[in-house]
Amino acid sequence: MKQAGQLTEKYHLPDDRGHFGPYGGMFVAETLMGPLKELREAYARYLTDPAFQAELDFELQQYVGRPSPLYFAERWSKELGGARIYLKREDLNHTGAHKINNTVGQALLAKRMGKTRIIAETGAGQHGVASATVAARLGVECVVYMGAEDIERQAMNVYRMKLLGATVVPVTSGSRTLKDALNEAMRDWVTNIDNTFYIIGTVAGPHPYPAMVRDFQAIIGREARAQIQQHEGRLPDALVACVGGGSNAIGLFYPFLEDTAVAMYGVEAAGYGLETGKHAAPLCAGKSGVLHGNRTYLMEDAHGQIIHTHSISAGLDYPGVGPEHAWLKDSGRANYVAVTDDEALDAFHALTCIEGILPALESSHALAYTAKLAPTMGKEQIIIVNLSGRGDKDIHTVATHEGITL
Amino acid sequence: MSRIPACFERCRSMGRKVLIPYVTAGDPGLSVTVPLMHAMVETGADIIELGVPFSDPMAEGPVIQRAMERALEHNVTLDDVLDLVRDFRRQDSTTPVVLMGYLNPIEVKGYAEFAVAAAEAGVDAVLVVDMPPEEAVDLVAALRQHELDMIFLVSPTTDTERIKAITAAGSGFVYYVSLKGVTGAGHLDTDTVRDRVSEIHELTDLPVGVGFGIRDAASAARIAQLAEAVVVGSALVQKVEENITSPGQINSAVTALLGEMRQAMNADDTN
Repeated sequence: MKQAGQLTEKYHLPDDRGHFGPYGGMFVAETLMGPLKELREAYARYLTDPAFQAELDFELQQYVGRPSPLYFAERWSKELGGARIYLKREDLNHTGAHKINNTVGQALLAKRMGKTRIIAETGAGQHGVASATVAARLGVECVVYMGAEDIERQAMNVYRMKLLGATVVPVTSGSRTLKDALNEAMRDWVTNIDNTFYIIGTVAGPHPYPAMVRDFQAIIGREARAQIQQHEGRLPDALVACVGGGSNAIGLFYPFLEDTAVAMYGVEAAGYGLETGKHAAPLCAGKSGVLHGNRTYLMEDAHGQIIHTHSISAGLDYPGVGPEHAWLKDSGRANYVAVTDDEALDAFHALTCIEGILPALESSHALAYTAKLAPTMGKEQIIIVNLSGRGDKDIHTVATHEGITL
Repeated sequence: MSRIPACFERCRSMGRKVLIPYVTAGDPGLSVTVPLMHAMVETGADIIELGVPFSDPMAEGPVIQRAMERALEHNVTLDDVLDLVRDFRRQDSTTPVVLMGYLNPIEVKGYAEFAVAAAEAGVDAVLVVDMPPEEAVDLVAALRQHELDMIFLVSPTTDTERIKAITAAGSGFVYYVSLKGVTGAGHLDTDTVRDRVSEIHELTDLPVGVGFGIRDAASAARIAQLAEAVVVGSALVQKVEENITSPGQINSAVTALLGEMRQAMNADDTN
C-alpha cells in the first residue's frame, strides 16, 4: 500500500474495463453492455477529435462562461489565521454549478452519436437543470428522473426544468430519492437504448461514465493549476472539495494527481454525525460493495441492502461514491474526511458574511473542512477550495433550518 | 451436481418444454414462499427461479420492484432465502432451484462463503442480473467448486462474439432476455426472438430459456415453440400482489395462471 502523497508512477487509470484497482467496472444487466460499448467507442474517438474538442471549448467559453476565476479569499484567510485560501469559482458558471461542464460535454457527444433524446437523474435538481439547459440549447428532448421526495423539497428546480422544456418524472420506488432516480433512469435507458443518451451527473455508474465525467470535469483542475501558478508562481499545498458522487472533487484533483506534494482532501457529509449513522459518508464510514454499475464504497447494511442516507445538502445525499475516489482513498493519494450539517451551515454563513459569496450547501462542506485545515497551516501555504456551486437554491433550506419562514 | 442438466434431459426425452416460474422470496412474507414453490411444481413447473430481494433492482419493472419492497419490509435477507430453499428441499429433492438477484448481497457475504451455503441449502444455480461474465470470473470459480451453475443473460443487444463468451462462461442454460426493457414489459416480438434463439443454438449446446414479457398462456405457447424453456415472472408476481391482503388465495391465483401456461405449452408440443 502506498503512503499518502507517495503516488509516483504515471497515473493512467482506469484500465480497459473501467477498473480503478478493485473498484469501478461494468456491473450492469446484459442489455446495457452493447450500448456501453458503443458509448466507450464514441467517447474514445471524440476525446482526441480536434473538431469535437474545438466545439467543446467554444461551448465552455461562450455558453458556460469559462474560465471560472480563481479568487483569493483574503479576508476569510486572515480571519482563519493560517494558509492563503483560493476559491475556484464554479458557482459563477452558467446555471450556477460545475454540473454544466459535464452536461455540455455529454450532450455534444450525444449529438455526434445521433441520439435524439436525453435522460438524466437528479437529486437536488442541479444536474437535472444542467441537463435540461443543454438539451434546450441543442434542441433535443429531455426527460429527468427525480425522486418524489426530492421533488417536494426542490420545487423551484423542478419548475426551472419544466421552463427549460424538460419532462420531470417523479420516482416513487424505494427511498424516493437520488439513488432511486438513478435506478429509474437506467430502466428508461435499457428500454429506449436506440435513440436515448443517458447523461449521468457524477463520476459513478458503469464504465466509461466515471472516466468520461472526470475528463469533462477536469477542466476545473487544469484551469486552477494554471491560475495558481499565475497568482502565486507555484502549486498549492492542499486541495479541498466536497464529495457526494465526487465529480467536482475529481475534476479538481485529477490534474494534480502526479503532483505528489499537493495534498488532497475530499469532504463527505457527516449529516447529524458519523456516530449517529445518519450521514452520507461511504468513504469515511461505509464498506465496499456494488451499486449502480460499479464497485465502490457504499452505505449498506450487514446483508448488502443499500441504506438511507442523510445530509442537509441534497447534492451529497447519495449512498455511493465514484470508484476513483474509492481507489484514491485506498491508495492513500487523497484523504477523505467528513463534516456535519451544522459545521457546513457555519461555513455557509462565514463565507457569505466575510466574502460576500453565498456558497451551495454542498460546497459549504468543503469550506467547513477548510476552516479546520487552514489554521493548522503556515501563512505562506496555499489551499485551493472548489466552490462547486452557488447557494441561492439553498436559501429555503437554510431558513427552514433556522426556524425562519420566508 | 446441479439438477439442471438432468431436468432438461428428462423434459427433452418426454418431449416437454421446461417451464420456469419466478417468484420473489419472502413476498409478501416468508411463510408464503415454500408452499407456493411446491404448488407451482405440482402445477407443472420444472425449475423454480427464486428472486433474492434487493433494495435497488435496476433491471426490474414495477411489479417485481414492489415485490422486493414488500419482502424487504420484513427484512428478508440472502440467508433467509437460503433457509427457504433448505426448507423446500425437505419435500422436493429433484426440482432445480435458481436464485435470481443482484450482486451486492452476495458480494457482502463473500463469494466462497455464499457458494458453500448455497450448495448446502440445495440451490442449483445463480443468476446475478448486474454481473456480466467479464466481472464474474471469481464468482463462477467459487460456484464451480460446489458444482453450482452460473446462468448468464443474452439480450437483443448482445453481439455474436459476446454470445460465444457468455455461453463459454455460463452453465445450466442460457437466459435469453426477449426484449429491450425491464421485467414485465409488454412488447414481445416473436420473430426477433426466433432469430436470436436460433443464433444462440448455433453457437452453444446449452439449452435456452426465454424470459421477460411472457404474460399469458398464448405467449408462453409461442415461446415454447422457439426455445427449450419458458421463464415467467412478473405475470405471476402480479397474481401474488393482487392477493396480498388474502394470502390464502395466493397459491391458487398463481397456479391458475401457471396451469394455463403449462397446458398451452403441452398442447403446442404435440402439434
